[in-house]
Amino acid sequence: MFKILKKREMADSTVCHFNVEAPLIAKKARPGQFVVLRPNETGERIPLTMAGTDPERGTIDIIFQVVGKTTALLRTFREGDYILDVIGPLGRPTHLEKLGTVICVGGGTGIAVLYPITKALKEIGNHVISIIGARTKDLLILEEEMGNASNELFITTDDGSYGRHGFVTDAMKDLLEERKDVKLVVGIGPVPMMKFVCKTSEPYGVKTMVSLNAIMVDATGMCGACRATVGGKTQFCCVDGPEFDGHQVDFDELMKRQAAYLKEEKVSYELFLKEHGQ
Amino acid sequence: MAEKEKREKIPRQPMPEQDPKERGKNFNEVPYGYTPELAQREAKRCLQCKKPKCIEGCPVGVKIPEFIEMVAEGNFIAAAKKVKEDNSLPAICGRVCPQEVQCEVLCVLGKKEEPVAIGRLERFVADYERAQGVVELPEIPPPTGKRVAAVGSGPAGLTLAGDLVKLGHQVTIFEALHKPGGVLVYGIPEFRLPKAIVEAEVDYLKRMGVEIKYNYVIGKILTVDELFEMGYDAVFLGVGAGLPVFMNIPGENLCGIYSANEYLTRSNLMKAYLFPEYDTPIARGRNVAVIGGGNVAMDSARTALRLGADNVYIVYRRSKTELPARAEEVHHAEEEGIQFKFLTNPVRFIENEDGWVVGMECIQMELGEPDDSGRRRPVPIEGSNFTMDMDLVVIAVGTGANPVITSTVPNLELNKRGYIVADPETGKTSREGIYAGGDIVTGAATVILAMGAGRQSSTAIHECLISKG
Repeated sequence: MFKILKKREMADSTVCHFNVEAPLIAKKARPGQFVVLRPNETGERIPLTMAGTDPERGTIDIIFQVVGKTTALLRTFREGDYILDVIGPLGRPTHLEKLGTVICVGGGTGIAVLYPITKALKEIGNHVISIIGARTKDLLILEEEMGNASNELFITTDDGSYGRHGFVTDAMKDLLEERKDVKLVVGIGPVPMMKFVCKTSEPYGVKTMVSLNAIMVDATGMCGACRATVGGKTQFCCVDGPEFDGHQVDFDELMKRQAAYLKEEKVSYELFLKEHGQ
Repeated sequence: MAEKEKREKIPRQPMPEQDPKERGKNFNEVPYGYTPELAQREAKRCLQCKKPKCIEGCPVGVKIPEFIEMVAEGNFIAAAKKVKEDNSLPAICGRVCPQEVQCEVLCVLGKKEEPVAIGRLERFVADYERAQGVVELPEIPPPTGKRVAAVGSGPAGLTLAGDLVKLGHQVTIFEALHKPGGVLVYGIPEFRLPKAIVEAEVDYLKRMGVEIKYNYVIGKILTVDELFEMGYDAVFLGVGAGLPVFMNIPGENLCGIYSANEYLTRSNLMKAYLFPEYDTPIARGRNVAVIGGGNVAMDSARTALRLGADNVYIVYRRSKTELPARAEEVHHAEEEGIQFKFLTNPVRFIENEDGWVVGMECIQMELGEPDDSGRRRPVPIEGSNFTMDMDLVVIAVGTGANPVITSTVPNLELNKRGYIVADPETGKTSREGIYAGGDIVTGAATVILAMGAGRQSSTAIHECLISKG
């Protein structure tokens, strides 16, 4: 049982932030690692990358977008409530290295995953330029945090309601044109965004890391639900990842695999909404 | 002599079970188990050999003739206690042990007719005791002050934990998943091993004093060396094999293609067969192919049938004679209408525009010369390719060694396939104080062999802890 100490809603209540008591995980977790949650006895196991940890206080931060039954259920949890199971830290930590100039690109709730990585990259002495984007101004999260974690911050919105009008990849392309010293791009967000981040960086020959949010069950390498093709080889996102060289990832396959249970997810979500009188 | 002859005239008593047509539509347990009358009648068949062979076939050395005598006399509770002197998980073993190649194969009755149904009797006494609600605890000696950590709550870890608490040691099991039992809960389906039975047997261990910590992925949240730093005197690694093997053929990552581990974990551990009451989904196919011929393949095929498939095929590259599954499992599968495609091997999977599997191309095989395993090697017949329409495929061709824990223990000797090198008599590894047993040492085997390994390590650990004083 893992107690929710703090809860806040963000991005027009489409995104939720929990600060959860999990001392051992907080002590062990490194940027880029994730946890698996199971909200209650009938619940499913979902992976969520940690947005931060506080080893002193013994807490971890998780930020998730409400996209279906499990995340909608989690949103009904209040401060003081308990999440039944939290398992972690899982996956390999981000490979952190002082390289020089690094671009961190985040979209949607991917910004939450990107945040601790950005912070760590800056802390070890990189010049970090971050680009964060959302569909519209109200959906943008962690602007202040990302600003503090980066040397430079650019913002884009699809509808032009805030920052630059356009996609994160537009801003990224301009930066890559301007600056020839970019050594690494880290792109985290929805799969189509990551795919285009990789397409954008490829002609410039800049190494691009992505974090793959595949469907998982046990998340310890036992089941293979999260397999993805990387460099022509099958990899398990849970133990081999979640971060991979984006130029090697078969994003189309990943998108199809992520959509495998859309029908069931809809059934589950509609049932949930009915039960909760929505 | 006259008494014995009379006993031998009783035929082996069949165990009543659900009708095959009915049971294919539900997840309830297939056999109902013996009634007290059937059990007594079966027990009376035992010759009470002076030098019983059957015990030699039992990896944990259950005193078989003694408990069977008690069953024959109607002392069912006493019989259950007798079994539990050597086996903390009798209701589980009575269901999933391959008795036909262990205790029962050595039964002298088997020479002329059928052996005594030892497994069914073991199951009966354990179920009887549980149903009476009188599962008494054995006497626990005063604490020795020694602490042992077991990693993994599967059959090896549970057996070891039961043995060591009975000797007065303090045992903590660290389990990666959210429920205890390992393969007993994620792998073996409800219709073969009801989860309430696993829970009851684990509960018995907890009442004896075994502590279980869930959601602990050792190697991630804590390393084995950190367990020693926390004051554990010995660590037992019984983590199972835990890495699915795929076939490395085109199209294997299509939607609708599962490893048996994933398919069974979704259905058993996560209870996806009860979706949407439980949130975890599982794909339900009309035409399902299960690749492989072991017990896991049979479990997967029978699960697919219960999830509503019209046709379920076991696709196996050798012939019926080489099927590694237990005869009883194959028999149950056949009875339920599972179709067997022998000497058939998939070479690629075919997809639709959404990335779902819609078919598979197979090649016909023939048997050649025996290979390393002693079985005749399947050889593809060139040009014999054909396709089968399939909307769900489960790959059950074996497992490998999961490196999550082994890669985080410095100087732990592994073999070239990644399994832990351990003394077969004691489970001792290359690292002092670290023992290992079960599938992470032997590769995929049976529940009872893992339990046997747990037993051997518990004996070795006890001797070591006592000698240290």
